[in-house]
Amino acid sequence: MATNPLSDIMRDHICKLISRDERADGRSREEFRPLTITTGYVSSAEGSALVSLGDTKVLVGVKCTVGEPFPDTPDKGVLTTNAELIPLASETFESGPPGEESIEIARVVDRGLREGKAVDLEKLCIKPGEEVWINFVDIHALDYDGNLFDAANIAAVAALRSTIIPASRMEKGEDFPFPMAHLPISATFAKINGHLIADPSFDEESVASARLTVVTLENGKLCAMQKGLGGSFTRAEVEKAINLSLKWGEKVRSEHFSGGD
Amino acid sequence: MGGMTTDLKLIDERGLRIDGRRPDELRPLRIEAGVLKRADGSAYVEWGENKVLAAVYGPRECHPRHLQNPARAIVQCNYNMASFSVSDRKRPGPDRRSQEISKIISEALEHVVFTHFFPRTSIDVYIEVLQANAGTRCAGLTAASVALADAGVPMKDMIASCAAGKVADTIVLDLRKEEDNFGQADLPLGLVPKTGEIVLLQMDGDLSVEEFNTALSMATDACYRIYEMQKEALRNKYCVSKDAMPEALEETIQEIEQERSSETNEANQDQPPEGNDPDQEGQ
Repeated sequence: MATNPLSDIMRDHICKLISRDERADGRSREEFRPLTITTGYVSSAEGSALVSLGDTKVLVGVKCTVGEPFPDTPDKGVLTTNAELIPLASETFESGPPGEESIEIARVVDRGLREGKAVDLEKLCIKPGEEVWINFVDIHALDYDGNLFDAANIAAVAALRSTIIPASRMEKGEDFPFPMAHLPISATFAKINGHLIADPSFDEESVASARLTVVTLENGKLCAMQKGLGGSFTRAEVEKAINLSLKWGEKVRSEHFSGGD
Repeated sequence: MGGMTTDLKLIDERGLRIDGRRPDELRPLRIEAGVLKRADGSAYVEWGENKVLAAVYGPRECHPRHLQNPARAIVQCNYNMASFSVSDRKRPGPDRRSQEISKIISEALEHVVFTHFFPRTSIDVYIEVLQANAGTRCAGLTAASVALADAGVPMKDMIASCAAGKVADTIVLDLRKEEDNFGQADLPLGLVPKTGEIVLLQMDGDLSVEEFNTALSMATDACYRIYEMQKEALRNKYCVSKDAMPEALEETIQEIEQERSSETNEANQDQPPEGNDPDQEGQ
């Protein structure tokens, strides 16, 4: 992936603002950008969600088919998460097979869903050892203005939550809603000039020395974390990130995912 | 095409199609310019059940380097379908179909872009199909043209694109999925409206020469309608709101508009423009 050639003057500007608890887009250090979620955006998918986090836009589509379970989990459905950082979304993305950045995003989203037990995979079993539902969560970045991790996580959760398993079309009984058990929500922080900032923008990401993603559940537990980039965090910074992540998770769940489940 | 049979009645007793359209009727079309922040130019097209995004980056450094042309820019289009855009999940990445479509759209766009202004560079056009229901290459080319204009890339004109075809022995415009799958022919067309030049043309199926001419006229006519919508999308994005306009500027604009309307009245008498008549093409 190509890097963002940010000018020195912009770099200095971002650093100076952050030391005063200000940011280029008017936020404070701990503030996230406005979040909007549109579910059912793609009718050809079994479930879908278009998420905007500030100017970052991510589309997730879910497709379900019938297939064989893995030998070690004969009574569980299969969930596969895949991310496409297509060059339409940013001059820093290139076409071709998924690079390490898109693999990392897909794996962090996947880890949140899997370890947070977001999906009751046993309810996706049709005939143990023979037939289960195979579910593809495809993450499509459309416009990249930083923090794809959180936009992708929220879009994946929202898309799965809106998914209807097409059982009648596949002659496997009646259609039913995707069996969601928990709502793992991620929050990502960047370290710039010794300060922790929430939900970094594209320019902020190119100044950041380190990145930390914390995925939390509605019961206040943690289910996944990922530290990235070459810099480091102190223990106090990690604890602060966890606290802020719990708050963000609660806010997202109550404002966007209340009702049902 | 033509090989599949179905009980589906593609044209009913009243001569209407399965979605209730007349043979020469387009599906609802909505074009929006400048929808993405990161790209230099972008456009979104919703055309029936198709949802297509186009983004333009460049002119910029050409990659891979060996494609560089010292005399002009190259236009590199990449047409890609999201894995969830079709009913059976498509494996991500390019296949033969999308590579072919990318090639013919690149070639069409190279014809309208003033490439000699930007030697050694690449103008990259990305077309992303988010939801597909037949006619995505036309939707993609229509969106890409608006995205190029939104990016401020100098061009002699935009390209408008639409398909015509044959279902149940009737020539129809803008086929939807069932008509494409169970119909007899498909003819996607890309047109430069100002000159009438044909810059994209494909055909598959079974057509007599007479049927071909009817289909081409129908698609050409639709391209002119689509062209107006493309221009409208750009106007919606870039026009200055009347409330925010100083009085003097408003007067100047009114004068220009009056001049323009008298010009178009004169121009209308010359209709149809040369090349607009498909019957002349084969002679």
